[in-house]
Amino acid sequence: MKRWFVLMSAVIGMSSAMAIDTGKAFDDPELQARYEKLISEVRCLKCQNQSIKDSNVFLASDLRREIRRMIAEGKTDPEIIDFLVTRYGEFALYRPRASGKTLILWAAPFLLVLLGGFALFRVVRHRMSLPVDEAAGEGSTE
Amino acid sequence: MNRSAIIILAVVVLFIGFLAVGLMRGDPRALPSPFIGKPAPRFELPMLKDAEATVGSGDLAGKVSLVNVWATWCAGCRQEHDFLLELEENNEIPIYGINWRDTRPKALQWIAQLGDPYVASGYDADGRVGIDWGVYGAPESFLVSGDGTVVHKHLGPLNRETWERDFVPLIEAGEITQ
Repeated sequence: MKRWFVLMSAVIGMSSAMAIDTGKAFDDPELQARYEKLISEVRCLKCQNQSIKDSNVFLASDLRREIRRMIAEGKTDPEIIDFLVTRYGEFALYRPRASGKTLILWAAPFLLVLLGGFALFRVVRHRMSLPVDEAAGEGSTE
Repeated sequence: MNRSAIIILAVVVLFIGFLAVGLMRGDPRALPSPFIGKPAPRFELPMLKDAEATVGSGDLAGKVSLVNVWATWCAGCRQEHDFLLELEENNEIPIYGINWRDTRPKALQWIAQLGDPYVASGYDADGRVGIDWGVYGAPESFLVSGDGTVVHKHLGPLNRETWERDFVPLIEAGEITQ
């Protein structure tokens, strides 16, 4: 029991000791803010449900290094995103850009709401066209 | 059944279809490479065996070749190693290695012990070239045509079966068009 406790606290301690390079990348708060925003929006391809901000695998740290380098070189955010997408594809972004390929992703929610609205409209109109007591009867049998 | 019910049923069936396709897609980690059909990224790396010499895009030019991303820490690379040696022995294709995020002594020892299937390996210690090639997990293998186009990418260890199925038809087609 005691050994378990020691082991568990060692494991828990380790996970915080392994935390990501949390030191500031830039002294300029504006650059630092851009950096943090970018790395939280890029998916870690190796560990697909983490952003590269939260991941410790070296691919994530390599990508953070490249992003730091590009910010330092004065590249704009779209240029940096472009760099990543040409290499890793749209999947690397948690918020895929609106383009021909990803149109369905962006349009689907609106289409579904429209479709639902249309269905609702049809049902309501159908009920309204029925005599009052029949509509109540239909509702109670369903 | 009125028309609305049919429409709603069709939508539900469509979504079940999406779900089925998604579930049966095979390895969800295998992402499509944005390089297929596009020029292979330019690269130039110090050679693993000779830090003074370089290996790069120029060496690939003019022939169908396999670019194999490997590392000594990668279990899948050990798995496919014997098959790579087999490809080399049969002269099936020239293989160029990118030794990715590794250390030179370990990589040299690996080749000395297990055999060297590569025409040459580039030494990509900081993973910079790996990023240019969109590498996210070794082993990865790229089939590059003579004009420098990426024809196919395989994620994970290669073996005879995947080779015959996914690579050989493309290589034969490539040689005809060259």
